[in-house]
Amino acid sequence: MNAQDRITRDESRQRLERAVRVVLPVLALGAGVLAWDLLVRLRNIPPYILPSPGLVFETLLNDWPVLWSSLLVTLTTAFEGLALAMMGGIGLAVLFNRSRLVEYSLYPYAVILQVTPVVAIAPLLLIYLPQPLAVLACAWIVAFFPVLANTTLGLNSVDRNLVDLFRLYGASGWQVLWDLKLPAALPHILGGLRIAGGLSLIGAVVAEIAAGAAGAGSGLAYRIAESGYRLNIPRMFAALLLLSVTGVAIFAVLSLVTHLALRRWHESAVGDEREA
Amino acid sequence: MSSTAAQSASLSSATGAIVSLRDVGKTFASGVGALSGLNLEIHDGEFVTLLGASGCGKSTALRIVAGLIEPTEGDVVRPAGRNGGIGFVFQDPTLMPWASVARNVSLPLKLAGRRDAQADPGVTSALARVGLSEFAGSYPRELSGGMKMRVSIARALATEPKLLLMDEPFAALDEITRFRLNNDMLALWHDVRRTIVFVTHSVFESVYLSSRIIVMTARPGRVFTEIKIDAPYPRGNFRTSAEYAASCRTVSEALERAMTVS
Ligand SMILES: Nc1ncnc2c1ncn2[C@@H]1O[C@H](COP(=O)(O)OP(=O)(O)OP(=O)(O)O)[C@@H](O)[C@H]1O
Ligand SMILES: [Mg+2]
Repeated sequence: MNAQDRITRDESRQRLERAVRVVLPVLALGAGVLAWDLLVRLRNIPPYILPSPGLVFETLLNDWPVLWSSLLVTLTTAFEGLALAMMGGIGLAVLFNRSRLVEYSLYPYAVILQVTPVVAIAPLLLIYLPQPLAVLACAWIVAFFPVLANTTLGLNSVDRNLVDLFRLYGASGWQVLWDLKLPAALPHILGGLRIAGGLSLIGAVVAEIAAGAAGAGSGLAYRIAESGYRLNIPRMFAALLLLSVTGVAIFAVLSLVTHLALRRWHESAVGDEREA
Repeated sequence: MSSTAAQSASLSSATGAIVSLRDVGKTFASGVGALSGLNLEIHDGEFVTLLGASGCGKSTALRIVAGLIEPTEGDVVRPAGRNGGIGFVFQDPTLMPWASVARNVSLPLKLAGRRDAQADPGVTSALARVGLSEFAGSYPRELSGGMKMRVSIARALATEPKLLLMDEPFAALDEITRFRLNNDMLALWHDVRRTIVFVTHSVFESVYLSSRIIVMTARPGRVFTEIKIDAPYPRGNFRTSAEYAASCRTVSEALERAMTVS
């Protein structure tokens, strides 16, 4: 009886907590939009300085065909960049793991690519490469390093006893990699991908902005730059809104993938499991 | 290279040992001397127990026997061509957290290239032996500490190895499960005449199981003394006999003296 009571109380508290976790962010966002709207109305701010939320939304609907095609271009670039970063990052980390010589020779290049601001590299790449390729290269450059670094960390943090066990049973190098190191590194790899997803979008945007002056682009960032030149501030905001929604969506998708891949065994995903 | 192999083969066939450690010392890179002057011969079909204080180098000795680490001094001699396989139960369960119990247990078979290893009868019977048939589909984090250890034991049994090395496999188990697994262990050893090297802290367990007990000194470990337990197998009523009590006393006293010498 007592225990039953406690269970129901626990359950209702959990439900409340879950509700709060959804309601609170929505309320906070709503309050922000409301404050924005009030500010524009009360101060009579003209739309070419700060458009009201309603106007931004209206522009989003009116300009949807243009914005949508631009979104597709940016999104494609971001995903291609992420895919290439994944292949390159994981592949290179595996190579590093197999050979110290390769690691010592190539690691400096990876670090140089990472620490040099992509804004500074983009104009150069735009000179050497056709624009779509240069944009893709930028997305790849910024997304690549987190995957490499995290995968390297994951591959090196395998349980030593498990490595011994595999050796004892005569596992080949390939078996150790495929059946032990990669699964053990999976949580780290997925963590790297989640960071890389957002960065890949940033890289694509930076390159498009840098290319903006050339005027040949069609991605979302190009729309923002173009709207800026034409002082079409509402459209600028609409494109910006779309861009952040895209970033959030990429993060959410990658988080979901992580959860699905790890929920049976990894501590990071176990907590959610227990609540669900 | 070939001459040492031939030499080791003749040496071991002369003594009948399947592994011999000669004057083995192990100093870790950290400067800790774990073993020094350890002489040990494991004969075919024996049930040998290493008994000693915590930190005296038992796990290290077992790893050297398995060939997982190399000694810094002395020689390890193994007869050439001996290949019945080794099973190793680590002091920690050492399971793959991303794999189900059945996949963990079937790992040695899979690494040996067996197709469809999870469905292998060896896996099913090993799981049944440790009483975990119902948990074949569970993941390690869903198991208790003792259950994980039993999975680890099942994995070592799956290949039916000739030489089984076990590092305190039953330390985390309750008395009853422990007794049952002790008996299972003995039955298994008796049936197939495999060789078992066992590490334990428990004097009672060592006397009940072993044909020979090796008492080790404190770190750096070496052999303090060897005690043969001559009671015949199977040892159904051995635990309640006067002989058992006497052996336990002898071993306890030896262990106590071993801990005070340096
Ligand atoms: N990888 C290592 N690096 C450095 N020192 C080590 C390593 N492994 C073991 N040692 C040291 O060697 C000594 C013996 O360790 P070992 O694990 O063999 O002891 P043990 O007899 O198995 O102890 P226990 O009964 O507590 O398991 C210890 O002092 C330990 O600190
Ligand atoms: Mg130990």
